[in-house]
Amino acid sequence: MSREHGKGMSVIVKTITRLTVGLILLYGIYIVLHGHLSPGGGFAGGVIIALSFIHLMLAYGKDVAFKKLSKTGASIFESTGALLFLIIAILGFIGGYFFLNFLPKGQPFKLFSAGIIPLCNIAISLKVGAGLFAIFVMLVLLKLDVRKKE
Amino acid sequence: MIELYILLIFMIIGAIIAVEVKDLLSSVIAVGAVGLGLSIVFLILKAPDVAITQLVVEILCLIILIRATLKKDLPFSTTGRWILNTLITVIFIGIFLFLASKAFTDLPEFGSPTMKVARTYLETGLPKTGAANMVASVILDFRAYDTLGEATVLFTAVIGVLAIVRRIGRKKKDQIVEAEDE
Repeated sequence: MSREHGKGMSVIVKTITRLTVGLILLYGIYIVLHGHLSPGGGFAGGVIIALSFIHLMLAYGKDVAFKKLSKTGASIFESTGALLFLIIAILGFIGGYFFLNFLPKGQPFKLFSAGIIPLCNIAISLKVGAGLFAIFVMLVLLKLDVRKKE
Repeated sequence: MIELYILLIFMIIGAIIAVEVKDLLSSVIAVGAVGLGLSIVFLILKAPDVAITQLVVEILCLIILIRATLKKDLPFSTTGRWILNTLITVIFIGIFLFLASKAFTDLPEFGSPTMKVARTYLETGLPKTGAANMVASVILDFRAYDTLGEATVLFTAVIGVLAIVRRIGRKKKDQIVEAEDE
């Protein structure tokens, strides 16, 4: 714990981050899962999930954030999301055409409804969250490298 | 409607400040004010999906701008020929405003859709897809090809950033110095 306090911002920021970062992640997951019922959806929820990891990285430094989600992990999650989206699209061919909503529609305004739309939301959120986190990490690490050279 | 115009004027003032102010951090914060104002405009226009997306993307862009690009000493190229540049800009803005004033008279009334297909989406969206959120039913069922294209664009952008940045990071130090000297 004392080693983690060496890097990053001050103790106040770290305490507030410890309290709020889980709530931000949960809110992102909520936005994704209710994308077919309320405003939001895969893209917005994915950005909120990425922002929670970025929040952790800004407050605690890159080592603690990489313990939660490493660069390789982000890359794997992003590819998984993209592949999942494509697989859902191709599975529509079992009923006829690309992007067919082949699952049962269910009852409207229930969580388990609307066929493939929640699955597509989850796939997009994985892709967007991991991808934007990877972009942020790469740009920040590039800045650190430039600073070292100077 | 009056709050919409107030917000638009606020956004224009913020954009002018962002261009004109000398301090880079103040400029970035002015850009953020413009984006957050745009988010409230979307909320007033009854588009909460777009408002949420605009809000979170704006915050992410601000963080990336401040953390990743602000500490570098960016060159500020305003020296020389500013009269010619300003003149050309003003001429092009004038041409654009003239053509826009001609073209915008043909637009339909504010709030009435131009395409007939919107009515079909509104009427058959819930029974056909089962999604209570109309936006989700359009972007992930009726127009899922567009979403696939957007996902491909983002995937390509991430791959490009990872590839470019990683190659610089893997070089030896003296090689980087040589490359910079060239």
